[in-house]
Amino acid sequence: MTYDFLQHYWWFIIALLGSILVFLLFVQGANSMIFQLGKTEEDRRILINSTGRKWEFTFTTLVTFGGAFFASFPLFYSTSFGGAYWVWLLILFTFIIQAISYEFQNKAGNIFGVRTFQTCLIINGILGPLLLGGAVATFFTGSNFIVEKGNITDSLQPVISHWANASRGLDVLLNPWVVVFGIAVVFLARILGTLYINNNVDDAIIRGRVRKQLLINTVLFLVFFLPFLIVTLIGEGYTVNASGVVFMEPMKYLNNLIAMWPLAVVLLVGVLLLLFGIIKTIASSAYTRGIWPAGIGVVLVVLVLFLIAGWNNTAYYPSTADLQSSLTIQNSCSSEFTLKAMFYVSFLVPFVLGYIIYAWRAIDKKAITREEIIDDDHAY
Amino acid sequence: MENLLLTIDPGTVDWSRAQFALTAIYHWLFVPLTLGLAVIMGIVETCYYKTRTEFWRSAARFWQRLFGINFAMGVATGIILEFEFGTNWSNYSWFVGDIFGAPLAIEGILAFFMESTFVAVMFFGWKKVSPGFHLASTWLTGLGATLSAWWILVANAWMQYPIGCTFNPDTMRNEMTSFLDVALSPFAIDKFTHTVTSAWVLGAAFTVGVSCWFLLRKRHTELAKQSIKIGSIVGLVASLLAAFTGDNSAYMVAQTQPMKLAAMEALYEGGTDQSLTGIAFVNPFKQPDYMTEAEPPMRIAVPNMLSVLATHDPHGFVPGVRDIIKGYTKTDGTCEPSLKEKQERGRNAIQALKDFRAGKDKEANRKILDRDMKYFGYGYIKNADQIVPFIPINFWAFRTMVGLGCLFILVFAVMLFILYKKDITRPRWLQYVGLALIPLAFIASESGWLVAEFGRQPWTIQDMLPTWAAVSDLSSGGIALTFFLFLVLFTGMLTAEISIMCKQIKKGPEL
Repeated sequence: MTYDFLQHYWWFIIALLGSILVFLLFVQGANSMIFQLGKTEEDRRILINSTGRKWEFTFTTLVTFGGAFFASFPLFYSTSFGGAYWVWLLILFTFIIQAISYEFQNKAGNIFGVRTFQTCLIINGILGPLLLGGAVATFFTGSNFIVEKGNITDSLQPVISHWANASRGLDVLLNPWVVVFGIAVVFLARILGTLYINNNVDDAIIRGRVRKQLLINTVLFLVFFLPFLIVTLIGEGYTVNASGVVFMEPMKYLNNLIAMWPLAVVLLVGVLLLLFGIIKTIASSAYTRGIWPAGIGVVLVVLVLFLIAGWNNTAYYPSTADLQSSLTIQNSCSSEFTLKAMFYVSFLVPFVLGYIIYAWRAIDKKAITREEIIDDDHAY
Repeated sequence: MENLLLTIDPGTVDWSRAQFALTAIYHWLFVPLTLGLAVIMGIVETCYYKTRTEFWRSAARFWQRLFGINFAMGVATGIILEFEFGTNWSNYSWFVGDIFGAPLAIEGILAFFMESTFVAVMFFGWKKVSPGFHLASTWLTGLGATLSAWWILVANAWMQYPIGCTFNPDTMRNEMTSFLDVALSPFAIDKFTHTVTSAWVLGAAFTVGVSCWFLLRKRHTELAKQSIKIGSIVGLVASLLAAFTGDNSAYMVAQTQPMKLAAMEALYEGGTDQSLTGIAFVNPFKQPDYMTEAEPPMRIAVPNMLSVLATHDPHGFVPGVRDIIKGYTKTDGTCEPSLKEKQERGRNAIQALKDFRAGKDKEANRKILDRDMKYFGYGYIKNADQIVPFIPINFWAFRTMVGLGCLFILVFAVMLFILYKKDITRPRWLQYVGLALIPLAFIASESGWLVAEFGRQPWTIQDMLPTWAAVSDLSSGGIALTFFLFLVLFTGMLTAEISIMCKQIKKGPEL
């Protein structure tokens, strides 16, 4: 087991966690539509109780994604989080207000009212995917930071990573392609949200609204995602040579797909699965399991996007301020010892996934109904 | 070019510390209640599983409802802490991320998923899964929370007692050399056992307090009596365990963080046969003149007890603040260098690292680093005041924690005595005392963390990296803004939580 293998392995784990996180944004997607899918307070309560049984998975995956990044690529953790301060803080704010909104909104003594917490869910439902999508987009577009490890020996100014302007990360939102991808992720989350609700809520009225929303959001997703994908694949990318020097390469990400052709196959399978889940749900009102092929498709597509951003001698967190400060899986990773120790820890992941699937199935054996929400004294 | 872009100022350090303290203090209001109530509700549901009576079922659901309200707050306030290491302490994240990141990742993989998976089954699975699976889910929720505490306390313990690592000048950071040394550090074990048992105390105090309120209102008397029984047994056992593990923790602090112990005791001049200060007048708002004062006024002390606690020898040497600054000889005969020497060696290490990076005589500089890296952090220290934590906070917080801990042992014991030998529904004074346990337990719990964290200042990593070398390149105004945003947000959330919690308690169990 070489250091090089461990670096690639850990980038794969990060990619997997990131892609699962994007899939789990169905919680945010559904929440962003509670007023479109739910016309009455009772409708909205059903929707919120449906996503309310899964929100912790999204939240936990986000935390684990951060923790895994910290453990495996600490220089990214320090550079991106410390540099793009406002972007990450905004993301965290939206997840904080989401976390209490479920539990508090329908409880007696809620001094802020139901509507306040529903608004919090909507804010998180839109801003969460938008900003997370924007953050992922910077893996391709680059960010405005400088890394100088030697600063640690300057007792007056020992900080090694800094943003190259005073915006502390907000400037990435001035890049139209970052915004375009962020919006695409919002619509993707809404697609997944509608598919999840269709599967999890046994209610003809709500299911009737789902298909309409699914069609609208699919069209909008394609309008934003396809231009980003095309521009990214045919545009310049950030290559690193054997000496660690970073330089621009035309069509870098397309070249990565060609060089790692199995990933191109996985990408194609992912796209087909996503389209299959969407089209069959729109075409057949009796088909409610579209979340599974579409969800697996999304995981595969996002996985490939992450992998072409980091594998095949690519700088996964490029710097537009100083090209040589760009982060690669080689220059930003943990030591071989730590990656190896965490490699063994990662063997526990299938066990964790196993009990999650078991518990999920136990809870979701029967779709949620109106009666269940009325009878349940713990319902949100 | 790069340095021109840096805008580090003292305000950045202060606001970063304030923000971390604020978010951690808020988070710690909810975590110990989660850990403590997890045990209580596990026991209550086990009673239901064994008896299958409606009484125990509604009791279990009642405590789980309160757990749920608190749990949401713990989750909401917790996410920011992990990410703050990156957002506000980016230099720290790089300098020790190779070691510190691993426990956080494992916490996510092993503990958070267990918690979040089984808490959903616990809340929504009453009619969907078998009673056995539900009971297992309830206990696994508590286990997940406790495992989470384990890994985050491993990370915290490592900051206070960094072991299992070495500095790599090629990568300019510390790197892990032994995962087991980090995960099973004696400091971590003591910290975990003391923190978790004290959280059980808080959960028990909450249970007893709520039950006493029912008794005062003459409502749900049977639930109150049964809950007081469970709460008092858990509370008494946990209080005694917390006292025992606290003694171990104090011993570890004496061995590894003598300045923290000196601050806790307001011990300015140390020596052998040191007495333990019971009480003394230490101005809570002003740092004492530790360089000239002999000892705090109006001091009442137990002879030789501090030496016993710190060294397990009634005649053992315990250093005071001045000893640590001037240097001293330990009981085992080894010499602890003076601050001046440590500063010099720290600056040597920093200079050697600079030269090493510049490619100058790598072998010689490597030797200097090997010799002086231990004091690397002192290279950033300018004067003695910087290494002395704020003594009044440490002194009073420590006494508050220990004093309340002793009170809890007494109250839980009295509760049990009256419950078994007399009628707990009668003595209203005791019911008021039980009710008062709730705020007192929170005060004790937060006081413990004040000692732990204020006492290690200025170090983010003991002797290795002071706070001002660990921050991110942020403007103090920006952090001040987020500080107040968190203050408003968390205060609003806490207000809503208390209001909802009170309503749910008033509503009581659904019988």
